[in-house]
Amino acid sequence: MRALCWEGVNKLSVEQIPEPEIRNDQDIVVRLLLSTTCGSDLHIIGGYIPAMQPGDVIGHEFVGEVVETGSGVRRHRVGDRVVVCSFIGCGRCWYCRNDMWSLCDNTNTNPGIGQALFGYETAGIFGYSHAMGGIRGSHAEYVRVPFADYGAFSVPEGVDDLSALFASDSVPTGWMGADLGGVKPGDVVAVWGCGAVGQMAARASVLKGAERVICIDRIPERLAMTETYIGAETIDYTSTDVAAELRERTGGRGPDVCIEAVGMEAHSSGPGYLYDQAKHQLRLQTDRPTAVRQAVHACRKGGTVFVLGVFAGAVDKFPLGMVVNKGLTLRGAQMHGQRYIPMLLERIAAGEISTAHLATHTMSLDRAAKGYDMFKHKKDGCVRAVFHP
Amino acid sequence: MNQLARTALVLAGAGAGAAVLRKAASARRRAREDGERWMVVTINRAPTDVMPHGDPPSPLDEFGDALEITVRPAPGDRGTELAARLREPASPASASLPSRLAGKDPRQGVRRALREAKSLLETGEVMLPDAPPTGRGDTVGGKVVGLASRRAGGEGVL
Ligand SMILES: NC(=O)c1ccc[n+]([C@@H]2O[C@H](COP(=O)([O-])OP(=O)(O)OC[C@H]3O[C@@H](n4cnc5c(N)ncnc54)[C@H](O)[C@@H]3O)[C@@H](O)[C@H]2O)c1
Ligand SMILES: [Zn+2]
Ligand SMILES: [Zn+2]
Repeated sequence: MRALCWEGVNKLSVEQIPEPEIRNDQDIVVRLLLSTTCGSDLHIIGGYIPAMQPGDVIGHEFVGEVVETGSGVRRHRVGDRVVVCSFIGCGRCWYCRNDMWSLCDNTNTNPGIGQALFGYETAGIFGYSHAMGGIRGSHAEYVRVPFADYGAFSVPEGVDDLSALFASDSVPTGWMGADLGGVKPGDVVAVWGCGAVGQMAARASVLKGAERVICIDRIPERLAMTETYIGAETIDYTSTDVAAELRERTGGRGPDVCIEAVGMEAHSSGPGYLYDQAKHQLRLQTDRPTAVRQAVHACRKGGTVFVLGVFAGAVDKFPLGMVVNKGLTLRGAQMHGQRYIPMLLERIAAGEISTAHLATHTMSLDRAAKGYDMFKHKKDGCVRAVFHP
Repeated sequence: MNQLARTALVLAGAGAGAAVLRKAASARRRAREDGERWMVVTINRAPTDVMPHGDPPSPLDEFGDALEITVRPAPGDRGTELAARLREPASPASASLPSRLAGKDPRQGVRRALREAKSLLETGEVMLPDAPPTGRGDTVGGKVVGLASRRAGGEGVL
């Protein structure tokens, strides 16, 4: 079958690989209907996430049809249309039982690498490096889904493939940022990044009753999309002093909750960017925390900063003094999708969350390398490239 | 060079030498300690499920008398702490990087077995990697990642 493989830093190509097979009784095999790009993939493609091998299949946000089930699968049948959580959870370890699915103890087949990086390994994830299990990704014709009773969810009738697709990763990630960030009615929320993740965090904040939601980015198409589909206000950080603008819009207090949805390759317009970028490229820091710094700076006294963007290692010049002296709550997490996906599919079905608008470019899997090029460089207003096999 | 400077240099050299020796001694002590340390996993099951008749869970049972094994309830309703260590402590040399890369540290087998026992008890299976693997070791980076992956099941900080 065909699959999109990582062949080296900034090198992707569609290759022929053997079809996946059932390896454990609780596996299913899914025939892909749609699979999409995620900002997290850019960190892999750019070589900022280590532990990739040439030939690794990438992709982790997908919807498909069940074509084979292992003998231990109870909740799915051949023919079911399913959306699959990007993180794999066993459903029965202490972390899964406590709804912290991306911390599952039993799904990272390379625990030693994860422990070397983070002290404790995280859950396995599709197509996201050998530190996270080295599991084959979804940009392919077929993919094996371990622990399918817990990670695959039937798509309600009336929700089309394209709308369901994003319930796999970006919608639950955004929801988690608002939920674990503690957004409540009356709050003012600021969101850095208007990619799919930032937009979905903003929409979740609106639905959780935030009184004002303000999103920050520089790309005009994304800012416009955020106003139209999300119902949030926006700030272009290249033409405005973000901290001053936020102070003015929040009565001098600062936002109650700041959600960072940018990640380790943040861009900035100040001279600090060159410093950060140089250090990043020389590997003197593993991540560029521009937006996190800004969020910590802008957040009101006693507020919460939630980091959704992916960071891999150490950052430089982190304003810890602000965290302590302003009494901030600082949190982050990889997405605990299984906790939210059924509820989110219902909200998508009810029209409360618009997702299909994120799919700006749909194309055949054969053109996936081109799709990533458009996504990475934000060409032609690309927010997400979507591949069909 | 005057006498004072020479003496200072000699002393500095001796100091550095002593520091190196101290460091080597403390590394040896740590390696010995590590060899005797218990390796522990917490299993989200009751102690009676983990060691039903006092027998160690599979695949730890395969080690027979070579392992000491203990169980105790984990605090806060978190299940059971299952600990194991080799009766014959692994030699400090086996903890060296080359020996671990070669898969010759006997503790790698114990860690792997502890993880498998936990996964079997919690989920009924041990999740296997995809087969055949599609990642290749035909670059330096690919080779390193491939080797690290082969050892990863028995490595880490249990
Ligand atoms: N925590 C999780 O489980 C999880 C899941 C999915 C994605 N992510 C991460 O979320 C982040 C966003 O993902 P995405 O798919 O939306 O990516 P994306 O690349 O489409 O969007 C990132 C956006 O951030 C903007 N940006 C860059 N620098 C900025 C700055 N200084 N201030 C404000 N905006 C800035 C970019 O213009 C872009 O629009 C990535 O780091 C990704 O790895 C995390
Ligand atoms: Zn993602
Ligand atoms: Zn689990």
